[in-house]
Amino acid sequence: MAGFLSKLKAGLQKTASIFTPVSDLIKGERKVDESFWEDLEEALIVSDIGPAVAIEMVEKLRLMHEDGAVTSSPEVLSALKKLLVMGIPSVYEMKLGKNENGPTVILMVGVNGTGKTTTTAKLARFIVDNGKSVLLAAADTFRAAAGEQLDIWANRIGVDIVRHADGADPAAVVFDACEAAIARNVDYVIVDTAGRIHTKDNLMQQLEKIYRIAGKKIEGAPHEVLLVLDATTGQNALSQAQKFTGGANVTGLVLTKLDGTAKGGIVLAINREIRLPIKFIGTGEKEVDFAPFDPEEFCEALFEDLAEA
Amino acid sequence: MFDSLTDKMNGVFRTLVGKGSISEGNINDAVREVRVALLEADVSVGIARDFVNRVKEEALGEKVLTAVDPSEMFVKIVHDAIVDLLGGEREDIRWSTLPGEPTVIMLCGLQGAGKTTTAGKLANRWKNEGKKPLLVAADVQRPAAIEQLKILGQQIGVPVHHQHGGDPVEICKQALEIAKLQGADTIILDTAGRLHVDDALMDELERIVKKTKPAEIIFTCDSMIGQSAVDTAQEFKKRLPLTGAVMTKLDSDARGGAALSLRETTGVCIKYVTVGEKMDAIEEFHPERMAGRILGMGDVVSLVEKAQQVVDEKEAEAMRKKLEKNSFTLEDFQKQLAQIKKMGSIKDLLGLLPGIGSKLKGLDIDESKFKKIECIIQSMTPEERKNPEIIGLPRIKRIAAGSGHFDIGGQPAVKPVKDLLKQFGEMRKMIGKLGKLGLFSKDAFNGEMGGMDGVGGDSALPEMPRLPQMPGMGGMFGGSKKSATKAQRDVKKERKKEKKNRKKRR
Repeated sequence: MAGFLSKLKAGLQKTASIFTPVSDLIKGERKVDESFWEDLEEALIVSDIGPAVAIEMVEKLRLMHEDGAVTSSPEVLSALKKLLVMGIPSVYEMKLGKNENGPTVILMVGVNGTGKTTTTAKLARFIVDNGKSVLLAAADTFRAAAGEQLDIWANRIGVDIVRHADGADPAAVVFDACEAAIARNVDYVIVDTAGRIHTKDNLMQQLEKIYRIAGKKIEGAPHEVLLVLDATTGQNALSQAQKFTGGANVTGLVLTKLDGTAKGGIVLAINREIRLPIKFIGTGEKEVDFAPFDPEEFCEALFEDLAEA
Repeated sequence: MFDSLTDKMNGVFRTLVGKGSISEGNINDAVREVRVALLEADVSVGIARDFVNRVKEEALGEKVLTAVDPSEMFVKIVHDAIVDLLGGEREDIRWSTLPGEPTVIMLCGLQGAGKTTTAGKLANRWKNEGKKPLLVAADVQRPAAIEQLKILGQQIGVPVHHQHGGDPVEICKQALEIAKLQGADTIILDTAGRLHVDDALMDELERIVKKTKPAEIIFTCDSMIGQSAVDTAQEFKKRLPLTGAVMTKLDSDARGGAALSLRETTGVCIKYVTVGEKMDAIEEFHPERMAGRILGMGDVVSLVEKAQQVVDEKEAEAMRKKLEKNSFTLEDFQKQLAQIKKMGSIKDLLGLLPGIGSKLKGLDIDESKFKKIECIIQSMTPEERKNPEIIGLPRIKRIAAGSGHFDIGGQPAVKPVKDLLKQFGEMRKMIGKLGKLGLFSKDAFNGEMGGMDGVGGDSALPEMPRLPQMPGMGGMFGGSKKSATKAQRDVKKERKKEKKNRKKRR
């Protein structure tokens, strides 16, 4: 788990920590006045946490300040940290589901361009590194060369892949992959699905078919459905999380592209609304730039600057 | 979650309506709501702040205080301010005017913004406009990116220059020669996605620009991007002389507030928007439309115009009477469907409605379902259409067979017909309820359908979003054309006047 913190820090270091704007506020002690509250609210909004949550947080802190529960600006900020951490689900929920009687099927879903194929490869590498066997299913038969892309990854990592021709029925790919996984006694099947805009019913129905087929071949499949979310996404991520949770029974989130300037604050908003645990984070382009999410360490990293200040 | 921007705006304006004049107090309330709404649309904090201050200044001026309808004026000010921010008129690509010199267009942006797909869409569009494009696969980072562009090129019949394991700068340089050999007049460079903090890759882009001297350097921006849009765009602008932008994935329900931030921070125009997975899903960017989208306002004026073109006033009056008496039959239903179809696609129409547009954006409306309904009604006898009550199982079977509904065993499938009859029954019940509320009386039709609020709960159409305020809807079913749209025409006139003034000032 030590790797997680260093990776996250390395990713964040390239740019700035998630709450740099917040910690900028407490370089030295500031007078807690109207402009302080305004700056605090804007700093939170910059992290993509959303105006509603930001306004509510600041309102709570303001009341605490009026009551005299917090007085100085560092106290306000440590109270804010506590408020935010409260919104993140516990470590227990972070663990990946496991099928005890055969292959575990993991489905990767998300809108176009969030990094599903890359994340599929990273997750495969992670599982292989932990001593388990993996089979990849290239169920994105829509995007040109998506199968090709996953094929290259499978070769690099050294895992098997089930692939059909472009334009084939993705459910058929899943069927074959499940069958192959049972025959070869593989531990995990990771299914890379096509990117789909969450408001398109026909594409969401296609996911349902994949579910049915997987469930027919392997009991309880898919055991894990991971929504791949781009950390640069703004408030629309809430809509994505809601629609995919409704249509695809998402069990967890993977937050990608945390190596940019994106603050990823939107996951805090998502956790408040639907409590979807974040299971992994992606911090770069290489297959090892990936780590399980650890809420406590994540928060440590988020507020590292705060602690030092 | 959060209310749509329109709901918010409507809320804001409701507080302004009926107060006669606007005091500083209620303007403050209104602009605060506008700020939150903009932030929810992912407009950057700084830009939202400036915008709100500007709106406040304008609204506090005499214009609004003396205006007859303050809420309408307020919408106008907000809307116009956004159009202004988005850059006013549309700007075309700067095509090369030198004979034999191809126009080089470079696409850049973050990973997953949609550069490769956009490259294909642009090539397809320009090819159809008579140009001879050449696609260049300069993304050697992402596995199979070259393959992806090759396949897209094949699909649309545009050549793709590529070289596995090559240096992107060299590949782009070669493309200039190859374009001349092939007689291509437009070169589209698909570069690798990169973070602006990645110095080596940004340096690579700079070198490509030096070698190929692009006429256009287009920043490809995901419309779902959040607050980081400003930083990202700024950094790209610092390193590269950006000339334009494309907003992608606008077929989602993202409000696209990034469009505002992008325009403000880089100063470049958004030239195109992409709206779907197919190669032809690319449109020109129109600031007016985008402003409407960000505000979720829809385009009320064009809806009214569309409805007026097809709805015969006498027919409309007859329909109103039928609705009032609840003697609405399947025959009338069929007529309504035909009329709606004359206006264009259902989805486009709904998108024009204020308040609904934003909720339906990206939603798939299956137009073929309407066709199926029509088929079923067409397979009934006139008697059956007038009195659906007489339809029993034998008739249902006949109608199912007549409209081409069969099950796997080759027997008539009765479910679609039964479903339709059931839905129609429910619709009638609802019409009855609405009628009792006086919604179809002449007065109600002429004004706004304000009574709708009270019946949202048990309507037969559970998925229809509540319609907070639907000016112009009267025209859809009938009522007096004049009174229903006078306000709209006034707004339009005002807009034209304002536009003229703006031009003059320039």
